[in-house]
Amino acid sequence: MSANGHAHTHGHDHHGHDDGHAHGTFGSYLTGFILSVILTAIPFWLVMARPIESATVTAITIMVFAAVQIVVHMIFFLHMNFRSEGGWSMLAMIFTIILVVITLTGSLWVMYHMNANMMPGQHDMESMPSDTP
Amino acid sequence: MSTATTQASDSPVFYEVEEHAHPEGHSTSLGFWIYLMSDCLIFACLFAVYGVLGRNYAAGPGPKDLFDLTLVAVNTTMLLLSSITYGFAMLAMEKDRVSATQFWLVVTGLFGAAFLFIELYEFHHMIAEGATPQRSAFLSSFFTLVGTHGLHVTFGIIWLITLMVQVARHGLITANRRRLMCLSMFWHFLDVIWIGVFTFVYLMGMLR
Repeated sequence: MSANGHAHTHGHDHHGHDDGHAHGTFGSYLTGFILSVILTAIPFWLVMARPIESATVTAITIMVFAAVQIVVHMIFFLHMNFRSEGGWSMLAMIFTIILVVITLTGSLWVMYHMNANMMPGQHDMESMPSDTP
Repeated sequence: MSTATTQASDSPVFYEVEEHAHPEGHSTSLGFWIYLMSDCLIFACLFAVYGVLGRNYAAGPGPKDLFDLTLVAVNTTMLLLSSITYGFAMLAMEKDRVSATQFWLVVTGLFGAAFLFIELYEFHHMIAEGATPQRSAFLSSFFTLVGTHGLHVTFGIIWLITLMVQVARHGLITANRRRLMCLSMFWHFLDVIWIGVFTFVYLMGMLR
């Protein structure tokens, strides 16, 4: 993968070759494919056959598999590394990951508490008719 | 002030004021990457919406009543296979083999079309059962998230066909190589999003 991934930072050479993006080889594509088949098949098996009784443990396991598979795709198919584009594409990705984490955890956290605290539960439903004339 | 006098006595300093000539498209892949990252944020918002609303069934059907994991597994296989065949198209492109590139692009397009066909079949099946987007917040967010991904795949296939026409007419010129590389990033990116979809929507939906 890195064999022909020459990272020239500026386009001073004029042979029109595209910028410091590393290209894959047959082997790297095949490695990525086999890894992602395995990383896809195991979560499906875990949910369809349910070898693990606990739903929580199964959920955490398949989330770990998804995270690993995303990294595999990033490396073997999207050819991400710290050198491409002089590090700018990695920087953009790290920034995006931070925003994604804030969006997802923030939304889920806030909305969970909204549901928990503002749901018309028994305690305020019972007291409501007596408060209003 | 004292620095100015010493500067004047020193040898003159030359600055390069003219800008270097930038070869056409030298920043395209970084720009396209930033577009993909912004697209990633759209999907993050849709995932957040699904995460918040995904359990509001409104006494309607839930994931266990609707999802068929075998179908999703076949669908995932189609998208994974299309990813590796696009990789083969890129390898053929680097070796300047036009017909091999076109062949692998056709295979990729067929796998992509198979993915879309299976997804539309699933949607049709759900809607025929009464599980329309209007039925519950869960179904609204489900159709929005999975539908947006399907729409991306649709536009990816349109883009793929356009590029095949371009390669047929002009060959593997620098501009076409650049375009094929952008579509490669787009296609693999959609596969990455699909990992999130099948894990969070389908597999974790069946665990509830």
